[in-house]
Amino acid sequence: MTNIIQLKNVNKWFDKFQVLKEINLEVKPKEKIVVCGPSGSGKSTLIRCINRLEEHQEGSIVVDGNEISVNTKNIENIRAEVGMVFQQFNLFPHLSILDNCSLAPIWVKKLPKKKAEELAMENLKRVQIEDQAKKFPGQLSGGQQQRAAIARALCMEPKIMLFDEPTSALDPEMIKEVLDVMVDLAKGGMTMIVVTHEMGFAKEVADNMIFMDEGRIVEKAKTNDFFENPKSDRTKLFLSQIL
Amino acid sequence: MKPNKENLYTHVTLGITLLSVGFIDIFFNTFLNFNITGFFPSIISYLSPLILGSFGLYFIRIEYSGNKILDAINKNLNSSNSNAILSLIVIFILIKYVPSLLNWFIFDANFLGNTKEDCTGDGACWVFVRVWFNRFMYGMYPDAEQWRINFSFILLLVSIGSIFILPNKFKKYIILFLLFIFPVIALNLISGGIFGLEWIETGAWGGLSLTFIVSAFALIFCFPIGVFLALGRRSDLPAIRYSSIGFIELWRGVPLITVLFMSAVMFPMFLPDGTYMDKLMRVIIAITLFEAAYMAEVVRGGLQALPRGQYDAAKSLGMGYWRMHFLIILPQALKLVIPGIANTFLALVKDTPLIFVVGLLELAGMIGLAKTNPKWLGMATEGYVFAALVFWIICFSMSRYSQNLEKKLSTER
Repeated sequence: MTNIIQLKNVNKWFDKFQVLKEINLEVKPKEKIVVCGPSGSGKSTLIRCINRLEEHQEGSIVVDGNEISVNTKNIENIRAEVGMVFQQFNLFPHLSILDNCSLAPIWVKKLPKKKAEELAMENLKRVQIEDQAKKFPGQLSGGQQQRAAIARALCMEPKIMLFDEPTSALDPEMIKEVLDVMVDLAKGGMTMIVVTHEMGFAKEVADNMIFMDEGRIVEKAKTNDFFENPKSDRTKLFLSQIL
Repeated sequence: MKPNKENLYTHVTLGITLLSVGFIDIFFNTFLNFNITGFFPSIISYLSPLILGSFGLYFIRIEYSGNKILDAINKNLNSSNSNAILSLIVIFILIKYVPSLLNWFIFDANFLGNTKEDCTGDGACWVFVRVWFNRFMYGMYPDAEQWRINFSFILLLVSIGSIFILPNKFKKYIILFLLFIFPVIALNLISGGIFGLEWIETGAWGGLSLTFIVSAFALIFCFPIGVFLALGRRSDLPAIRYSSIGFIELWRGVPLITVLFMSAVMFPMFLPDGTYMDKLMRVIIAITLFEAAYMAEVVRGGLQALPRGQYDAAKSLGMGYWRMHFLIILPQALKLVIPGIANTFLALVKDTPLIFVVGLLELAGMIGLAKTNPKWLGMATEGYVFAALVFWIICFSMSRYSQNLEKKLSTER
């Protein structure tokens, strides 16, 4: 099978500080990858480069056959196919949950309003907050907001979903409801790259694990191998602290 | 001896007596010119109402007295000694000055008559405003043609009113009509020259109607220009960014009065020979660009207040620059800066009198002209108080409207 995402020798600097060093990564369709590592290791930057919320300076990133370049039209098309869920939800506070979900399908995919709203309700049902559709984001709990954000991304019917620490800003009680939705999504066959510290979730859904430190991919392994016998000492240390 | 619930009646009686003496003192002083505490040294006599009043309030300051009126007074006006003194000072100032102000405005003022000689009272001579009212409203616009201004204004009011009454379906058509069709109709109707209407040159326009015309056009145009300048200033493209910065800083750095002067005197020099641009048009353009620079900075403040996550989220959904800004960023940023936008709009309306420097006379300008009329000398106070009142009514309604808008658009509960 051809890779849906392919990163080759990607390097990125913030001014003089190098955040990504020689990143190589292949993701196959329907593959689930969990990225972990200490804070500041470049995990978020890595997935933000995949839909060019950050620009990489060297190497190539190919998403679904399109190389990411300075051509903006191309990037908008790629972004429409790559859903993203953020740590801080980033719902649009001036729009109702329903409008949050239907806005991009209407304006980017040019769906008729009625169809877009049906699609939105379908996805809100999928994350089990269809009864909140008329409310504004400020009226929802953190867990509900994050589920709404997932529904919003799903409404674009993306081929790939990127999750940037989706549960890090949530109360412990609400983490489960969001993870349940993500597990469902994984079982439905979505291609996913998830940055998270939830190792239970990783064991349940991930095909491959990636451990990053200081801008490098230190270890990439099948999930079982990663937890049972990690190769590098840095990974062992990290796992001993987090588990 | 501290006031408490047990000795409630003695203390309240004593307190009310002291308060009454204080109020009687200030009443005699103000209205009868008689100082009942005149036998004290002058400074004590001067402060006597305050001293008596604050002792009185001290004695009635009893917590949980059980009497609702007393509790309400204590809670709101009399919670501490300093609060009591401030309450008394405010009440005394109102008693001393409001009646004399009312006398000047209404009771001693003259309303009837046709000449200055009809003003016999000590108060304001509103006859001046009455006689000149037509000029204050329409400037030098010919009397017979004033229906055109009235008609445009009524059309404006009716279409604005219908926005609030009609269902949402028609709203956008009314707004489009107001923004694009109404200005054309109003401008052609008022200036004339077509459909057999007499041509009336802009030099004859004036008074409050000119205030409205200049403000309305400047308001409508300065807003979008300001928004685009604000976006330009934050653009990634250096050419756009630096020209926006240059434009904003240039217009913000010069006084409006010099801009108006240049628009009238210097601007025609840059036009090709034979082209002519109306003076009023030039003035409106000058004010628009001037206020747009301020508007740009207000809007930029709102853009900067938005978290980066909103941009990230919009981009991650595949929105390009314009969709992201018009659907996500601007609706939120503009909502944040409604107070600032209202500020700029109010400043714009109140800046319009400055167009007198190029010879256009709106409301304040017409009053300035009228007060120099030999038959009406010495009427400056009445004239400018009238102008202040009219401007206040306009600005206060705009301010109220902006507050309502803020409440209506709020999505946080």
